[in-house]
Amino acid sequence: MRHDHITSAKQLSRGDIERVLEHASDIADDPSAYADRHEEALLGLLFFEPSTRTKMSFAAAIKRLGGDVVDMGPVDASSVKKGESLADTVRVVEGYADALVLRHPSEGSAQMASEFVTVPLINAGDGAGQHPTQTLLDMYTIRENAGLDDLTIGIMGDLKYGRTVHSLAHALTNFDTRQHFISPETLKLPRNVRFDLHESGSTVKEHTKPGGILPSLDVLYVTRIQKERFPDESEYRAVAGEYQIDASTLTRADDDLTVMHPLPRVDEIAHDVDNTGHAAYFQQAHNGVPVRMALLDLVLGGEP
Amino acid sequence: MTDDRQLRVSKIENGTVIDHVPGGQALNVLAILDIDGTGGEVVSIGINVPSDRLGRKDVVKVEDRELSQPEVDVLSLIAPAATINIIREFDVVEKHRVERPDRVTGILQCPNQQCISTGDEPVDSEFDVLDDGVRCVYCDTITREDITAHILV
Repeated sequence: MRHDHITSAKQLSRGDIERVLEHASDIADDPSAYADRHEEALLGLLFFEPSTRTKMSFAAAIKRLGGDVVDMGPVDASSVKKGESLADTVRVVEGYADALVLRHPSEGSAQMASEFVTVPLINAGDGAGQHPTQTLLDMYTIRENAGLDDLTIGIMGDLKYGRTVHSLAHALTNFDTRQHFISPETLKLPRNVRFDLHESGSTVKEHTKPGGILPSLDVLYVTRIQKERFPDESEYRAVAGEYQIDASTLTRADDDLTVMHPLPRVDEIAHDVDNTGHAAYFQQAHNGVPVRMALLDLVLGGEP
Repeated sequence: MTDDRQLRVSKIENGTVIDHVPGGQALNVLAILDIDGTGGEVVSIGINVPSDRLGRKDVVKVEDRELSQPEVDVLSLIAPAATINIIREFDVVEKHRVERPDRVTGILQCPNQQCISTGDEPVDSEFDVLDDGVRCVYCDTITREDITAHILV
């Protein structure tokens, strides 16, 4: 890889993305061929916030490459509880591992931490900032289902605080895509992402309702709108209802529409969508393993 | 411009004249220089003075003071067309325009409270300078309005 540290999707070129996705595809075709690839490798897991999918799929990925994890464990049981800075924590843990995976509640934490270590550091989510490895598995899923060029994608929900949205929007600018952003007025894309999309010359449109644009979409990427973002529950319920989809909503969509979600979902995608041909969100979650195997193999020095 | 207009703000013997500040920004210039009157500095300001180049401009004259580079860097963010005149014995001995740096380090605080640079970490704040604002290199937050409110003192 050109980049030792993976801190933001902004740093990934089209070539970088394609290289990871193609390597992931080779791994998915024959995972056992990679089982001894990194036998001695240890991956340091530093999760300062809860995680199920990201943490477990990183652990599965390194183990399927023959390596293992060293896990900081919950923050409550670590030196962070004693007031240790993040800069110190990563400098200590890099001595125990060949690469680090960091999730942290502060935006820019991965960028800062990467300045203090020489082993590759991978951002697994920094507050409302970025989540580049989620984006790689999202791109992999889009490529499998709809292709990455000549793509019309709707990205819906909490666009302001959704880090998966920010990373995905950046990565998609490398491809021939039309991006439609669908959200309540108060949860529109943040200024910095809007600025970058504008600078990239991408085709970007914003909507407050999904209805009008739904029939033209190849992919609908749904994210959760969190209750905490609203002053009271009734306002949340009134707004969130507009951005929920079910099987009947999708009768107005193209038959080939792919519905994605970074998960966990609450009620923004009804369970009756699960058994339609549109649902790709579980496949998307499963893709986390081959994609993270590919990324780890590349940053740990494997040849694709 | 006539002598009469120039004399709206009197000449100073030694110090710095910051000219071609956008109209209405003089008080922000004083904030950048950390001048609030309590330090005893002698300061003259002209606000919304007619200007051929800017339409309206502000002029700030600070006696017995020259500006540091970080002060000039921040000044360039709110007054990109400003000129800085160093005065000694009533004569302009040096005159130059401010230059906008590509990056400013350690002089602004990120307004995003969730940004790692605002926490207790051993890093200085760092911003890329855009045409019309600044962007935190850590959290990417773009600040365009009210940059002076974020100056670290």
